[in-house]
Amino acid sequence: MISLAGRDILHHWAKYVFTGVGLGLLIGVTLSMAGIYRGMVDDAQVLLRSSGADIWAVQQETLGPYAEPSNLRDDAYRAILGMPGVAEASNVTYLTMQVRQGERDVRVMAVGSEPGRPGEPPFLVAGRRIARSHYEVVADVRTGFRLGERVRIRRHEYEVVGLTRRMVSSSGDPMVFLPLKDAQEAQFLKDNDAIVNERARTAANPALNRPGVPGLLDAILASQTASRSVNAVLVRVASGHEAEQVAENIRRWKHLEAYTRAQMEEILVSKLIETSARQIATFLVILAIVSAAIVSFIIYTMTLGKVRELAVLKLIGTRNRTIAAMILQQSLGLGLIGFVIGKTVATLWAPYFPKYVLLLPGDAVRGLVATMVVCAIASLLAIRVALKVDPATAIGG
Amino acid sequence: MKRPVLRVVGLSALGLVLLAGFVLLMVRSGPLAPVRVTTAVVERGAFENAVFGVGTVEAERSYAIGPTVPGRVLAVHVDVGSEVSAGQLLAEMDPVELDARLSASRAAAARAVHALAAARAQVRDAAVRQDLAGRNARRYASLGEQAFFSDAAVEAKRQEADSAGAQLQASRAQLDAARMDVERLEAERAAAERQRANVRLVAPVAGVVTARDAEPGTTLVAGQSVLRMVDPASVRVRTRIDQGRAGGVRAGQTASILLRSRPGLTLPGRVARVELNGDAVTEERIVQVVFDEAPKDFAFGELAEVTIATTRGGDVLAVPGAAVHKYAGRRGVWTVADGRADFVPVRTGETSLDGRVVVLEGLHAGDRIVVHSERELGAGDRVSPVESLAEAGR
Repeated sequence: MISLAGRDILHHWAKYVFTGVGLGLLIGVTLSMAGIYRGMVDDAQVLLRSSGADIWAVQQETLGPYAEPSNLRDDAYRAILGMPGVAEASNVTYLTMQVRQGERDVRVMAVGSEPGRPGEPPFLVAGRRIARSHYEVVADVRTGFRLGERVRIRRHEYEVVGLTRRMVSSSGDPMVFLPLKDAQEAQFLKDNDAIVNERARTAANPALNRPGVPGLLDAILASQTASRSVNAVLVRVASGHEAEQVAENIRRWKHLEAYTRAQMEEILVSKLIETSARQIATFLVILAIVSAAIVSFIIYTMTLGKVRELAVLKLIGTRNRTIAAMILQQSLGLGLIGFVIGKTVATLWAPYFPKYVLLLPGDAVRGLVATMVVCAIASLLAIRVALKVDPATAIGG
Repeated sequence: MKRPVLRVVGLSALGLVLLAGFVLLMVRSGPLAPVRVTTAVVERGAFENAVFGVGTVEAERSYAIGPTVPGRVLAVHVDVGSEVSAGQLLAEMDPVELDARLSASRAAAARAVHALAAARAQVRDAAVRQDLAGRNARRYASLGEQAFFSDAAVEAKRQEADSAGAQLQASRAQLDAARMDVERLEAERAAAERQRANVRLVAPVAGVVTARDAEPGTTLVAGQSVLRMVDPASVRVRTRIDQGRAGGVRAGQTASILLRSRPGLTLPGRVARVELNGDAVTEERIVQVVFDEAPKDFAFGELAEVTIATTRGGDVLAVPGAAVHKYAGRRGVWTVADGRADFVPVRTGETSLDGRVVVLEGLHAGDRIVVHSERELGAGDRVSPVESLAEAGR
């Protein structure tokens, strides 16, 4: 038994392989698109995983700290720490900002956390953790910062002491971890001009700058520049306690909003990235349709190109099943080459995307099955044409 | 027939190579690949620790110089930055009516002195009168016994003598009163002079003027300052140390101070005092650090970074801080054995400024541990040790 499909491919192998490569690039784009969607979801989840929290306590009536701004007094954590079922509670601040590195601005999410408490980066790829309570940062490698480099955040220069990987905000900005007090200052303390203006404004107010009450103005000015707020309190639940129960207690008795990990995931994945995800899903469907159409056209034109040969085959009495099998095999082969090429290029170019592209093995298997199904369907038109070929064409013209 | 066979073999070989490459790529990258890590061997050794804090340069002794009574500023003789000596006249308040009051006081005091002299003369006069009357009375009495004078005459003379005695007492009392008056008016004069002198604001100690709060013509209430000055000999850095690390700080420990205005130049110093009061809001402890030699050029209120050397240990088991992780609710490190990661819970002590953590129990010298990892590790993950992960880029 000789393989008709194999023979035919050998005959035009260059054309066949290059068509496969072309199709492969298209499949690569489709796989990357799926990877981008997975990457977006993973970005959102990595944020939750890296914070190491079971419950997020935030300002009442807000979806903070990632989806909405949230502002708490930084002593709220003490009240939460004393509640039953709470193993750890720590203050964190999150602020998306531009950090100056030489001539270049890097967009980052600055996370203020306390050493050894939830909110710290869980692992490093280089350097060490923050050991001083000021002026040290741990940055994600995506920021492009190097160990020992000095970067400027607001009014202070910081030394990069450690590097992390895959520590990103839900929108994919790399994170920079700094000591909590510095982060509070960066986020809540006004800049110098604003402070000076505010002082002048307060001093000009006769009710606050009263003659005969020395010290009143100083006291008011001092209270204006205090920065005693954080964005959220991360809570780790003690073993043997239900996160939902502890969150309910915080909501009820501390008058704060509290989200468990499942609720936070819901907020991040279904609310924050929903539109972008739908956008990508739509694109994915369009790409799949385009791929199917292209495979179908290629197989169709390849079949049209060998009408004469098909007529000869029919003339010598080849069964329809054999001819249909030949076209199907060629189509599936094209799909297989395309998939291998596509998967390879997707893997190779994934690191160069500006956002994280996550290629899951499950997605690859699903992609393979989908490619095969699409190729099989695409070959139907060509098979129909092939079967309709009149054997007389072989002799006629 | 030879060429097609060659072509089949060639193409198959090419396909196989490509397929092998594809499979290799799938296994070497992505979730199926072993986690690349950097490792270190746990060693015993010296452990030096220090704590770090941020402080401001302040003078421990600072003085607000102002009037003790409400008034208007007449003149200010020094400016910010002036070095002044103890007792130097810095500013003057407008005396307004104080001069007139002082001369009234002086006149009253002088008058009291004269009144005292008059009282003295009166006493002398009364004494003389009393003496004469006494003698007369005695004479009359002895002559009366011999019946030269009637009893009535003798009694009249004794009465005269008694009156003169009483008058002497009265004039002595007046003399005392006049003396008191002199004292009172002297005191009032002194008070007026002190008050007059008080409008002169002088430096209590030698020092540097740091602020000029009022200009001539300004009206001040008691307690407001005209000038502020500090004693530069009492310069220190009021350092805030995180409560979690302040435990080992003691007075006398050496410190290095980095002033913000002079990056790159660390100045030696030492801990002068660990304050008993901490800051409950910022959760920091206040530590006063003095310079070994006060810098010439600095600003009060300037930010300074202070590093205080605290503990020194000899034979201590320490690991890089990046190696300590939290896994399944416990603190520990990942050890490497046969290419697989294994979690070992440890009890840790203090963390040094270079990021090393003291391990109190759980590890032994010679254990190989994971320091950095490409991603978060799980129990039993396959790991492949590499030199460095930093160059791995994204």
